[in-house]
Amino acid sequence: MEHDTAHSDAATHAPDAHHEEYHPEWSTYWKVALILTVITVGEVWMYYVPAIVASRAFVPGLLALSALKFAIVVMFYMHLKYDHKLFRALFTGPLMIAGATLIALMFLFGHFVAKL
Amino acid sequence: MLFVSLISTYLIYKGRSRVGPFPHETWVDPTSGHQLHAILNIPVTSASTFTLLMSSLFMVLALAAVENKGRFPMRTWWQRRLASSKLWLWATAIAGTTFLGFQAFEFTSFVHEGLSIRTNLFGSSFFTLTGFHGAHVTAGVIWLLTLLSIDYKRGLGPADSLKVDIAALYWHFVDVVWIAIFTLVYLIK
Repeated sequence: MEHDTAHSDAATHAPDAHHEEYHPEWSTYWKVALILTVITVGEVWMYYVPAIVASRAFVPGLLALSALKFAIVVMFYMHLKYDHKLFRALFTGPLMIAGATLIALMFLFGHFVAKL
Repeated sequence: MLFVSLISTYLIYKGRSRVGPFPHETWVDPTSGHQLHAILNIPVTSASTFTLLMSSLFMVLALAAVENKGRFPMRTWWQRRLASSKLWLWATAIAGTTFLGFQAFEFTSFVHEGLSIRTNLFGSSFFTLTGFHGAHVTAGVIWLLTLLSIDYKRGLGPADSLKVDIAALYWHFVDVVWIAIFTLVYLIK
């Protein structure tokens, strides 16, 4: 489509004076939305299949799919994939601290103890 | 950190409620003898999750429209509409409001089914976590409506792209928090 081409060109041009970031094309955004929808449908499907729910792969599988969706949104929609390394570090550093805090709190309040 | 604390609290209290209703299990009310079904409504929440995911798409399209405004000739009516920042900002705000509508429906139905913030540990941690998230979505919708009013007043252009980008980053943050909540609260039994 001509319209898409126009925006594709815009995305691949050199950054302008106002905005020095590099953003993906429109078609990339639509593909990302489709992938996110497919993953969400997969998650809900897993929830409704008793054999999968009963298996040991259920929780790790859901967590992996959720982490994948999280990473896709952060990389493409929040354009971290195209940003400077400093921004990536500023995002992933606190994210790791937050994750470590969550795990520490779970241990502190004995969430894992009963299962060990 | 706020949401990590709230999610941790929910996970720590998960399965420790002494009385129902419960998120994924049926429960017999000892006073009335009625059997109550699992309270979480996965189809409704899946629809609201889809709405929020699509709102993130609309937000990036709004940002692209603002960044590219006036750069390329839009020959047809359809091209002009698709490149309109107003269209995508409206779509994002409406999707966000729809998500809030789903949440209001969910909260109301939970209260009618006997689950309030004071009923049990699940109710306390669930309403606090999802309520805080809903408050953030509400703030995001207000922010979007503010951008829309600026767009109608003087038009948003490439010079405003940083302002719209910051709003978009906030909106996507709300989205990624919901991605975690949807899995940890609604899907993992």
